[in-house]
Amino acid sequence: METAERTLEEILALAAAHFKVPREKLSPDEDFFKALGIDSLQTLDLLTKLENHFRVELPDYELQGVTDFRTLAAKIQARL
Amino acid sequence: MGVKQFKGEALSWEVQGGIVELALHRQPCNELGSLSLLELETFASALDGIEKEAHALVIYSTMKSGFCAGADLRELYERSQAMEKSDAARGVRDFLERIHRVLNRIDAAPLTTIAAVHGVTFGGGFELALVCDLIIADKMARFCFPELRLGLIPGFGGIPRLKRDLGNAVVRDLLLTGRSFNATKAQQIGLVSQVVAEGEALRAARATAAQIGKFDRQTARTAKQFIKPIPQDELRREIDIFCELFSRPAVQAGLKKFVESTDAQPYLP
Repeated sequence: METAERTLEEILALAAAHFKVPREKLSPDEDFFKALGIDSLQTLDLLTKLENHFRVELPDYELQGVTDFRTLAAKIQARL
Repeated sequence: MGVKQFKGEALSWEVQGGIVELALHRQPCNELGSLSLLELETFASALDGIEKEAHALVIYSTMKSGFCAGADLRELYERSQAMEKSDAARGVRDFLERIHRVLNRIDAAPLTTIAAVHGVTFGGGFELALVCDLIIADKMARFCFPELRLGLIPGFGGIPRLKRDLGNAVVRDLLLTGRSFNATKAQQIGLVSQVVAEGEALRAARATAAQIGKFDRQTARTAKQFIKPIPQDELRREIDIFCELFSRPAVQAGLKKFVESTDAQPYLP
């Protein structure tokens, strides 16, 4: 079973790789739209990547108001 | 007489080796507005001739962001705002009837039709994929009927076609939550026939189309007519319901919010 911290770290690594942003530039509590320079269409790409990686299904309405990686990780963790 | 090749602003097609490839290429994500409709009508008119020379149709997108994000909501909003309410209502009904004619024509085509999808396949884009016999999706494809978020229902034939293909519980989930789901889930529920690696949907569709070309065409046509009814009555009823809903103030408010949004999340529910 993934721990919350490990889930968070995997999300940061996946986001950095997918959007070609250095991993060290991402921090758990910052706004990922700004940090990654993405819009909502690209956020859906990130969601798909995360669902495929963690083998979960996360309804996108659960992302309402979610703007930081730590909260996103908690949402994923709740589905593991 | 068929038109074997066409290069438009929103789409292009080419017939080669018995396969028609219809490429969607309107920035940013193939939003279906008046230009796309006009060129789709050109394609539908050419089908009579094309069908004599081809056994399969592959529809795909060259846009990085996805197959098709759906109706051109910006155009819909701006045009409806510029008109009297009754004219806007007439315009919407006319658009729906025209797009239904095109999609019904593709749905009933004697060719075997394949949608090769990636990325965003939302709303009208999802409805375009649903007219095809097969959907092949790359693993980054995402499907959604977000219309309820705008106070509408799918208007391009999505509900009757989804009901044709899937169980009612799944249809209710998609329509009533407005959520999107990925290609893996789409395959699990029987919507997508193959899930392939990122960027590989068109290649897989071409391989499938080549395979289909080995079989007797008359038999394939007969089989398709037998197993794929066109839900004519429900398609007409969907147009009526859409038009009734469109007249409500909540819809204009929803469209305005989407079009004017500076939010990072307009495509999220």
